[in-house]
Amino acid sequence: MKGMTLIVKKTTQLIAGMIFMYGIYVIVHGHLTPGGGFAGGVIIAGSLILVTLAYGGEFLKLVKEEAGTTIIESMATIMIIMIATAGFLFGTKIFFNNFLPKGVVGQLVSAGVLPLYNIFVGTEVAASIFIIFLSLIIFKEESPQ
Amino acid sequence: MILGALYAIHAKDLLSSVIACGIVGYSLVICFLLLKAPDLAIVQIVVDTITLIIMVAVVLDSSREESYSKLDTHGYISAVTGILMIVILLYFFAISIQSLDVLGKSTLRMANYYIEGAAQKTGSANLVTGVVFDFRGYDTMGEAVVLVTAVLGVLTILRLKGKK
Amino acid sequence: MIAYIMCFILFLVGLYGVITRRNLVKIAVSMSIMEISTFLFFALVGYIDGGVAPIVDPADPVKTYVDPLPQALVLTAIVIGLATTSMLMAIIIRLYRKYGTFDIREIKNLKG
Repeated sequence: MKGMTLIVKKTTQLIAGMIFMYGIYVIVHGHLTPGGGFAGGVIIAGSLILVTLAYGGEFLKLVKEEAGTTIIESMATIMIIMIATAGFLFGTKIFFNNFLPKGVVGQLVSAGVLPLYNIFVGTEVAASIFIIFLSLIIFKEESPQ
Repeated sequence: MILGALYAIHAKDLLSSVIACGIVGYSLVICFLLLKAPDLAIVQIVVDTITLIIMVAVVLDSSREESYSKLDTHGYISAVTGILMIVILLYFFAISIQSLDVLGKSTLRMANYYIEGAAQKTGSANLVTGVVFDFRGYDTMGEAVVLVTAVLGVLTILRLKGKK
Repeated sequence: MIAYIMCFILFLVGLYGVITRRNLVKIAVSMSIMEISTFLFFALVGYIDGGVAPIVDPADPVKTYVDPLPQALVLTAIVIGLATTSMLMAIIIRLYRKYGTFDIREIKNLKG
């Protein structure tokens, strides 16, 4: 994958950061406005996919050696598992116990542990979808045509 | 939506078939907005785009032409089996639609409980987030495990150097 | 009532595609159409007439809301659908690299 023309690259430089920030906004405000961990995670993965498509595989140094890519994939997958377990066993002795103070309905810092769950789930969804896309690209680059 | 689905199945070119599947997904977004579900609309419009990217990447990597399909020798058996399955499905549909409510008059018992009690019990203004992460927390945990398993499956299938 | 029937017809179209087509990509597309019809059905069950989107406004709490439970179920199901579709695509591209065709009859005859 070689990347696209100069116009696409410059436009991606302008837009991708804003899409990423919008994903973070959707995750953080997930308990107040429509959205949440799933939507924000998918939006973040979409911004990363946009950068990868515009600049090509060489820009991200993906396809150097097979051993290196395997190690990166394994590390990312282990990180997903750790985040998933840590995010959902975060409660006290009772699972999913909403132990933090509730706060006032409608403010940003409220609703106990729900924003933490939102953040963890968003990270996990973004990482897994981006790994699927990267594995497709790596497979296409390394296979003998 | 139904026209888009029919074209997606009957198109000769695989690329146009995949794009017609995208038409069905985007019209689902409009249906979600009409049914007052903005969370689902946000998720669906991004997920559909990413699905379209992956499918187009797969189709462009390989041959686009669909092989010419004609009725084979087992055509009668297939037709009889298909008609039988459709009749059975219609029977169950006719049974189940009598037990459903009329559209717009939902009388689920749990709905009132969730709607009245969720905002005070979880402190979350978005009721969907409250249901997903608080009342149905184990469901979400299972979803995370399924996602990790799917990623592991994709990595295992697409790995080049394996045991010979 | 007509909405349920349209939703069921969409499901039948997907099932027809799965049964009759011989191309692997077409089968994947048909399965995603069946998924979409299921999502639409769940959203239809939760709809309440005159309801608003389920987001509580503390200033004006007296309203009727749409049922949030089916929306929560569909929210997780959509993301799972993306993951399973990706895995299906991975299997399909692996088969194509090995056999060089999308046709299931030819793959069955090769026995490789």
